[in-house]
Amino acid sequence: MRRIRLGGVAVAACLALLLAACGGGGDNALEGGGSQDNGGATVTVGSTNFSEQLILAEMYAAVLEKAGVKVDTRLNLGAREVVFPALEKGDIDLLPEYNGSVLSFLDPKATQTTSEEVNTALAPLLDAKGLVALDESPAEDKDGWAVTKETADKYGLAKLDDLKGKAHELVVGGPPELKTRPAGLPGLKKVYGIEDFKEFKALDAGGPLTTSALNKGDIDVGRVFTTQGAIAENGWVLLEETKPLEPAQNIVPIGRKDAMTDQVKQALNAISAKITTEELTKLNKLVDVDKQDPEKVANDWLTQQGLL
Amino acid sequence: MTDGPAPVLAAELIRWSWVGDHLDDIRDALVQHIELTGLALLFGLLLAFPLALAAVQWPRLYGPILGFAGVLFTIPSLALFILLIPFTGLQIQTALIGLTIYTLLILVRNMVEGLRGVDRDVREAAQAMGYTRARQLFQVELPLALPVIIAGVRIATVTTIGLVTVTALIGWGGLGQLFINGFTLNFPTPIVVGIVLSALLAFTADLLLVGLQQRLTPWARSGGR
Amino acid sequence: MGVVNDVVAWLTDPAQWSGPDGIPVRTLQHLYYSLLATAIAGAIALPIGIYIGHTGRGALFAVNLTNLGRAIPSLGIIILMFTLVGFGLVPVLVALVALAVPPIVTNSYVGVRSVDRDVRDAAEGMGMRGRQVLWQVELPVATPLIMAGIRTSAVQVVATATLAAYVGLGGLGRYLIDGLSQRDLPQVVGGAILVAVLSLLTELVLGRVQTLVVPRGLAGQGADAAVRAKVEKAA
Repeated sequence: MRRIRLGGVAVAACLALLLAACGGGGDNALEGGGSQDNGGATVTVGSTNFSEQLILAEMYAAVLEKAGVKVDTRLNLGAREVVFPALEKGDIDLLPEYNGSVLSFLDPKATQTTSEEVNTALAPLLDAKGLVALDESPAEDKDGWAVTKETADKYGLAKLDDLKGKAHELVVGGPPELKTRPAGLPGLKKVYGIEDFKEFKALDAGGPLTTSALNKGDIDVGRVFTTQGAIAENGWVLLEETKPLEPAQNIVPIGRKDAMTDQVKQALNAISAKITTEELTKLNKLVDVDKQDPEKVANDWLTQQGLL
Repeated sequence: MTDGPAPVLAAELIRWSWVGDHLDDIRDALVQHIELTGLALLFGLLLAFPLALAAVQWPRLYGPILGFAGVLFTIPSLALFILLIPFTGLQIQTALIGLTIYTLLILVRNMVEGLRGVDRDVREAAQAMGYTRARQLFQVELPLALPVIIAGVRIATVTTIGLVTVTALIGWGGLGQLFINGFTLNFPTPIVVGIVLSALLAFTADLLLVGLQQRLTPWARSGGR
Repeated sequence: MGVVNDVVAWLTDPAQWSGPDGIPVRTLQHLYYSLLATAIAGAIALPIGIYIGHTGRGALFAVNLTNLGRAIPSLGIIILMFTLVGFGLVPVLVALVALAVPPIVTNSYVGVRSVDRDVRDAAEGMGMRGRQVLWQVELPVATPLIMAGIRTSAVQVVATATLAAYVGLGGLGRYLIDGLSQRDLPQVVGGAILVAVLSLLTELVLGRVQTLVVPRGLAGQGADAAVRAKVEKAA
């Protein structure tokens, strides 16, 4: 009799906890950050984890706030693989994105390269997920391949074609998906006829890992972003693209359809119209090299452009 | 230039002007760290208690329960949080489910050991006095087991404070956000601030728990295990 | 369940079991980081723990070190070391060693310290010097606890060595990071299973080693009593 009672306490406690857990899921007592429709809808701006993304997201947040929209930010969230599903789920409403990257994310086999082709292919994929791309900016942050000055001199590298016949002596590094994406290593092989590299090191997308590995000589060729401050800072040589391989990478705000009101669209389109590749490269340098705060860099630029 | 990154001077390890400019961010990160730790422990205790009671009541369950908690414990935290994303997104639940799971092994083990360690004579005395099983549990066994249970809570607390930082990879992380900031910007100051504060937080929490235990169990001379 | 089938397919695909990113190579890399880190940690921690246990100096430090060590976030150490020294094995090793040292110090301290005062007195009464007491009495008695400390550390190190992939190195963590980037869920789950299995195996193997290295006279119950008996017999 007594033994059963103690078991009963255990079972009852378990049940109570389960019920509590279910209840907790229903009301949003615990949810943080996400968009909660309490009165005027809050727009949650997200970003992945490199400085350009932080700058752009801070810009978006600032102009939206000025336009009278309630804004919340969830920045530095990690790779697109983490952030994009959060956008689809509605944990965030808006992301600064790159049209080519989003396309290859949603359709890993995509081979479109020009802006128009990319946008045409992208629109229905976004639509199916309840997302929409706003106006794209002329500013582009393409993916590129860089080597150190020393390596360039030693192997005579200036264009991507120059890698042919030398790649088997070189170690290449970049984000893990480089190995499988059409614009990555398979593309170099198919479009430029470059043989297999000596080794592929899975690092990050133009982030601190690639930067350090390239500078320390752990890799010879690194996958970089063409606007990133580290290229000028370290005197790297960006290998020129002579045949279409990399998709266009125009900067474009991507958001959830229900959150993209006219007010929001107008504010964001104003930024997209004004930002150029050169400006963006300069802003990245302020953060990457001069270690200024992304928020400050964003606000300074917006003020300068008369957007704040 | 191409020989490697510029050597970092010791003075660069911490740039006080950055700290001064970001006191708000640092405070927010610290508050989030405390919230995540507190909630994870709360849920951990709520789950561990019935499991421990079940294990004491039906000793055969103890092995499987501990084994299960042990297997959960060995899942790399990085993978656990990644795997939860498709189900719970970047909501706080993702972080809390993971953190709670990691507290279970420690909490259940110490609760069971504590309850089992209660002297048989004491239990029999309580029975002889006509205590019901529940009353015996709450008024006799639990208080006596408290030092061992609190020892488990101490370990779980300090471990959780360390683990919270990993949830930065899914957009939470408390002080762990400072690590990612520093990593993204290749700048050590936020990382140093994050490490120092999370170690201090763990230390403070541990001291508070020792204090709590001494208040709750004045009869026990030494601080648990 | 589709996912389960996919994971099984991933784990049993012959392509997964060969080549530079195959499971055998990744497992060996993982074990290499773990072994190296545990060995370095042992080389640092054992002398410290044993010294403190033998002399009793710094006992408070030794007792609290394990708990303090838990408070040091491995992710933070790896990232900090990375920003300081850059790409390579050093950041990972520093973080893993920092993780592994505390339990070994605490356990070896407790092990040596826990030798019964009577046993020590008996040994000294027999004319043993400090060093002889340490080598012939204290260390043999402390072996089970010292091994338990090494085991605790090694298991934690194996589980945490996944972080090596986060800073661009190899090991089983590669599958987690690569699987995430390549949107390949079976690879993530498969990798997680492999890490979990490797930690459990580490636990089991070292548990076995622990029972093997315990001096025969100490095996089973009443370790102190056994030593006492031994000392008395010798006397």
